[in-house]
Amino acid sequence: MTAYIMRRILVAVPTLVILIVLCFFLMQVAPGGPFTSERPLPPQVLANIEARYGLDQPLWKQMWDYLAGIVTRFDFGPSFAYRDRDVNDIIAQGFPVTLTYGLISFVIATLAGMGVGVVAAIRHNTWLDYIAVGATFSAQALPNFVMAPILVIVFTWQLGWLPGGGWNGGQWQYLVMPVIALSTSYVASITRITRSSMLETLNSSFIRTARAKGLPEHKVIWRHAMKPAMLPVVSYLGPTFVAMITGSVVIDVYFSTGGIGRAYVDSALNRDYAVMLGVTILYGGLTVLFNLLVDVAYAWLDPKIRY
Amino acid sequence: MNSTPRILAAMLLGATANAGLAFAAGTHPVTGEALAENQVFTYRVLDEHSSVDPQIVEDVSGSDVVRDLFEGLMNQDAQGRLVPGTATGYTVSDDKLTYTFSLRDDAKWSNGDPVVAGDFVYAWKRAVSPALASPYSWFMELMSIKNAARIIAGDVPVDELGVSAPDDRTLVVRLSQPLPYFPQMVTHATTFPVNPAVVAAHGADWTKPENIVSNGAYVLTEHIPNERSVRERNPMYWDAENVLLEKTVALVINDENTALTRWLAGELDRTEVPAGQFPRLRKEHPGEAISFPRLCNYYYTFNLSESGPEAFKDVRVRKALALAVDRRIITENILAGGQIEAFTFTPAATANFEVPDVEIASMSQAERDASAKLLLAEAGYGPDNPLKFEMIYNTSESHKRIAVAMSQMWKQKLGVETTLANMEWKTFLEARANQDFELARGAWCGDYNEASTFLDLLTSPSGYNDGKYSNTMVDELMTEAKTANDTQAIYTKVEQVIAEEAPIIPIYHYAGVYMLDSDVGGWPINNIEQNWYSKDLYKIAE
Repeated sequence: MTAYIMRRILVAVPTLVILIVLCFFLMQVAPGGPFTSERPLPPQVLANIEARYGLDQPLWKQMWDYLAGIVTRFDFGPSFAYRDRDVNDIIAQGFPVTLTYGLISFVIATLAGMGVGVVAAIRHNTWLDYIAVGATFSAQALPNFVMAPILVIVFTWQLGWLPGGGWNGGQWQYLVMPVIALSTSYVASITRITRSSMLETLNSSFIRTARAKGLPEHKVIWRHAMKPAMLPVVSYLGPTFVAMITGSVVIDVYFSTGGIGRAYVDSALNRDYAVMLGVTILYGGLTVLFNLLVDVAYAWLDPKIRY
Repeated sequence: MNSTPRILAAMLLGATANAGLAFAAGTHPVTGEALAENQVFTYRVLDEHSSVDPQIVEDVSGSDVVRDLFEGLMNQDAQGRLVPGTATGYTVSDDKLTYTFSLRDDAKWSNGDPVVAGDFVYAWKRAVSPALASPYSWFMELMSIKNAARIIAGDVPVDELGVSAPDDRTLVVRLSQPLPYFPQMVTHATTFPVNPAVVAAHGADWTKPENIVSNGAYVLTEHIPNERSVRERNPMYWDAENVLLEKTVALVINDENTALTRWLAGELDRTEVPAGQFPRLRKEHPGEAISFPRLCNYYYTFNLSESGPEAFKDVRVRKALALAVDRRIITENILAGGQIEAFTFTPAATANFEVPDVEIASMSQAERDASAKLLLAEAGYGPDNPLKFEMIYNTSESHKRIAVAMSQMWKQKLGVETTLANMEWKTFLEARANQDFELARGAWCGDYNEASTFLDLLTSPSGYNDGKYSNTMVDELMTEAKTANDTQAIYTKVEQVIAEEAPIIPIYHYAGVYMLDSDVGGWPINNIEQNWYSKDLYKIAE
């Protein structure tokens, strides 16, 4: 197992390097640059700016300096669009925000989704199941960019209970709407996956055997059905977790949370190369890490899997 | 014990008591309106500002913050007229090449240092220095400050800039050519002073709230990127006793409709009105939905360069297309926010500019349509040989609606077949700058309140002339205008040439369309550049 984990970590390094190089060159291919603006800069002014950021160097040199900066100084470079800050500042400010509301949403979505899913499967074809399935479909039909403005209209304007946006250091009032908007569709997906996987498991022969032995139903479910039924859920949770803690631009835009999702999209629109690369590396690193964790969790859940 | 601190303390107490009395009385010293207890103004901004460093800031929302934090030589009043700022006034030499500003002696930085002429010299040299590489360094070149262009180009050292401080209270500026509107330009953020010691001590971090030292009516106390920035009254400001508003909060809210909901919920004092919603909001919130002309235009530009379509080289085609656009439908049905139909490039609200009579403006739409049909037929286009071209605009709901309306008007009236293409902003700019288009959307907001900020765009050497329109007469007239005493006649002539040759299709002139809480006093509706100062605002008791 340890050897397997070590091997995976070693593979992660070239994966990230390839990601950086690809991303770096793809950005260069996109039309326009960080200093393309409605008021094109006079050539001399542009030359001064490019010299300041080393953009006048050949691409391989820029690439090399960038990687060297990361390795030697842990410096992910400057932001071209916001000169008062660098990439480390932007990530340090935005990531904790996203991590907070993402983590809370993830815990809520997982607990609620798995709970409802299991109950719906056990009470298959009863009114409980129908309500769960109905609610799941409605929640999935309501994407967060529709839900967010509705929440603001209801809770801020009509009821006056919650602030319509902002972060305020993560005070709970400011967290409620982002968490609801972010977790709803995930609750629905997790419910759906849990329910169908649980149904399938409950119909398998080893469950029939367990029941035939005369085991009480709760033991059948907890001891025998739970672990195998969780396999597809866990494989869904890995990437979902990364997606949730790296933020949703929709949440950041509608609730002005100042999270990293917005910074990422802005960096692409602004051609703010270093910010885009920095956040890509963060996302990439997290994705690699959590895929590994999911694989480890698999080994624990399924005795057939051995690394 | 030394008695000086005690006397100081007593004076301070007295001053506080006086201020307390003034607020307890709670009326505006000029208008007599009852003032609200809570003097906080909260407004929405679309995006995070680029910077609050005066020499670096390049966006409107950043400049609004900088204008509160720093004070330049001159300010603008509610009408946009020049009023003294850090300078009490200026004199100009007979050859109009030297301006001498006298600085007030009670101006202080927020750390207590006096503001001296050397701080301006430092800031202005900083603005043009290739090492800082300010994206707005060109503004100093536009101001015609001696040697600015050569310093930016790296040909001359920064110290050669035509600005000097013979003493702490005197700033002398030398220009490379006379510029009638030079004094207006010193209200621009790029020209604001910075404290040399603070910039040197903190480098790029000097603008962070914990480090920043400023000389304006406010200091930056909080900045959470993409969420909010807060500025609070600066007690060191020379005119602090007349500043009523305690605090200004800018909230970044990307979505217009969410911002409007939050305004309705009372979280904001000011927000923009989304296109088309003004008539309804004006009915529901009389007196709070306001619209006023802005110094910006909206137009489409033909690609007249070699890469442009052959058809657009024919003036009859261009005129026909310009005539057939029913601007009223766009301003009244699509935007519906008090925007003004445009037949000239320069907005009517521009200072010292009267909209000249151009033929197209005096015609009825039916006459315009009839004339357009004739012109297009003369140019050889008709049902058998329809005119076809592509028009591009940057992705936005209202740009799309306008483009769709225009293409429908052309199709119905002239049988023209247009393809619409929307583009992501930077891709769009790249296409336009490289003349990789046939007909492209354009918009321009004046850098200063004078017609040349618009008309210069249509001269051959202009870097912003994306349609590559070139007319020697326009070029010569605009050069002449730089030094002329009476510019109206020149601008009239230029606008007439443009109307006749139609290198662009003016669509409308912008309006500022806001929801502004009725308890906000002092909003400068008549300042066409919308250069507003928190120090002039106040909250009225409801």
